[in-house]
Amino acid sequence: MTGVPSQEGVPAIFRRFSVPALHGVLRQMHLIRQFEEGAEQAYMRGLVHGTMHLSIGQEASATGVCAVLEPGDYITSTHRGHGHCIAKGAEAKYMFAEFFGKDTGYCRGRGGSMHIADVASGNLGANGIVGGGMPIAVGAALALKQRRLPNVAICFFGDGANNEGAFHESLNMAAIWKLPVVFVCENNQYGMSTSTERSTAVKRIAQRAVAYDMPGVTVDGNDFACVAEAAAEAVDRARRGEGPSLLECMTYRHRGHSKSDRNRYRTKEEIDAWIALDPIGRFEQTLLQHGLIDAAQIEALVADVAREIDDAVEFARNSPAPELSSLTSFVYTHVPGETAHVR
Amino acid sequence: MSAENAASRELTYSQAIQEALALAMERDDRVFLMGEDIGVYGGAFQVTGDLVHRFGEDRVMDTPISELGGAGVAVGAALLGQRPVFEFQFSDFAALAMEQIVNQAAKIRYMLGGKASVPLVMRFPSGSGTGAAAQHSQSLEAWLAHVPGLKVVQPSTPHDAKGMLLAAIEDPDPVMFFEHKLLYKMKGPVPEGYYTEPLHEARVRRVGDQVTIAANSIMVHKALDAAEQLAAEGISAEVIDLRSLRPMDYRTVIDSVCKTTRLVCVYEGTKQFGIGTEVAAAIAESDAFDRLDAPIVRLGGADCPLPYNPDLERAAVPQVPDIVAAVRRTVQGGR
Repeated sequence: MTGVPSQEGVPAIFRRFSVPALHGVLRQMHLIRQFEEGAEQAYMRGLVHGTMHLSIGQEASATGVCAVLEPGDYITSTHRGHGHCIAKGAEAKYMFAEFFGKDTGYCRGRGGSMHIADVASGNLGANGIVGGGMPIAVGAALALKQRRLPNVAICFFGDGANNEGAFHESLNMAAIWKLPVVFVCENNQYGMSTSTERSTAVKRIAQRAVAYDMPGVTVDGNDFACVAEAAAEAVDRARRGEGPSLLECMTYRHRGHSKSDRNRYRTKEEIDAWIALDPIGRFEQTLLQHGLIDAAQIEALVADVAREIDDAVEFARNSPAPELSSLTSFVYTHVPGETAHVR
Repeated sequence: MSAENAASRELTYSQAIQEALALAMERDDRVFLMGEDIGVYGGAFQVTGDLVHRFGEDRVMDTPISELGGAGVAVGAALLGQRPVFEFQFSDFAALAMEQIVNQAAKIRYMLGGKASVPLVMRFPSGSGTGAAAQHSQSLEAWLAHVPGLKVVQPSTPHDAKGMLLAAIEDPDPVMFFEHKLLYKMKGPVPEGYYTEPLHEARVRRVGDQVTIAANSIMVHKALDAAEQLAAEGISAEVIDLRSLRPMDYRTVIDSVCKTTRLVCVYEGTKQFGIGTEVAAAIAESDAFDRLDAPIVRLGGADCPLPYNPDLERAAVPQVPDIVAAVRRTVQGGR
């Protein structure tokens, strides 16, 4: 792969990517956005039950981190995990199928939005418990180290998780054992309705890294290049066996926490100000500005994503539901013997 | 796999577990141990002993005092196919790790539609009788037996401790392995070499025909002592060692009760919502119900935290005279 040649003003990290790879990142951002808009519409139309947590506005952190990963790397994700799933390589059609509760879905209709996972592409799963994936990522990193593999584990988490005990236990263990894990905090500034200002004693969550003797940096999480550059540094460090890092991506969710959110804790002005900093528009501007893409290519790419989403929704709608008789399948890998049951 | 023909010698329950851990690590390099002070200290109950010197700190890992995080690390490593064996210092500390045990380990396979497994073992030293009072003496196996996705076993002999632990480490699902602290020094025949015991079968430890005593863990031994005393009075009790709580071998209990027509359940955990409650309910739902000649009796832990004072502590869990008295009433009361 030939990287983008260095030239005046082009972010240095772009040298790590070919032009088609950067187009791929933009396509992924649009795929995440359109996937979530599609999921939202499907919810309105009653095709998706339960709830969902949309990451619209946070696409740069998911894609910026996953862009520097290799296929053998793993991620753990959060309840706001659609973007991570797509960025790590999942296909929209199996995700929609999961949202529609279908047997063809990634989790065969057992998980839904909150447990979306594609283990084959290295996603160990979204998680319904805040901080739930954090020690699991540390365990994945331990397994990678035990097997002497050159891979890393990425632990996505939100600002809300930084006050869970699991956060502190995880960072400490990763540090004492020098494990190849990168903790990526997507700080969208609200744990449901409670701002980090009200919930968190430190100004920047990255400051917490000091307590665990690891590098901690805060970046503009709505700028793909900033995220990718910081992620590359942390991932490379982890691959070299130098241990974990904490990367804080400042971002914002345009939508509410979940479908029940009446948005009583944020002002319209604040939301509008962040919409103006939309990561997709900013990435397109950067690419256009340096002649790495043109308007027609963007238009074609967006239309292509729209077709993929339409096809994915069709696939999901036409997929079979799980058999009711399969209700208790997959509880165990192995059900020992023929245990007699009560009449 | 049976080891009946293999050479046997006497080992303590604790030595049997240590031998199983060593054999599993020798056989499979994915197996490693994690826990608090299991390295040079040898474990709070000296179960891991000197294993760190044989296998090194990478495979006998001391963790910080971080039960939640440690349990989660075990889950993550297991998800990638490693075979962690996580030791809780006391089963009471499971309360600190319930999130990872109940919400993660137990559910990941199901939530992911069968596309991942969590092959880990968690070892829980449990039970009363050590004067350690309320936060270090509980029998919490019923908590975990309530959770689909977990397997829960409770061997009562050194033989079973070794064979069931080896089976648990081989098993592709999360297995919760409960060890009663007062059993650690108990000796019994243990075959040499590698063997496994099933994780889903109860065992009839004493054959009898007037009453079935269904017991778990250390209560099996108390039930056997009681049965011996009762035999002198002419009462014939059958003693079943449940061994596995999830999945539970209901059939063995049902068949026994069909024969004896009476059931006494003996367990150390709190009586309400306990293991014996499940056994009693299973009998009430089964074809054994019509054969019952007496109401089912449950002898369980008292409805209070475990106390410090030794007399109070003994009174808080079923003892041999309690079992003898309950069985005698059940058999002689008739209907």
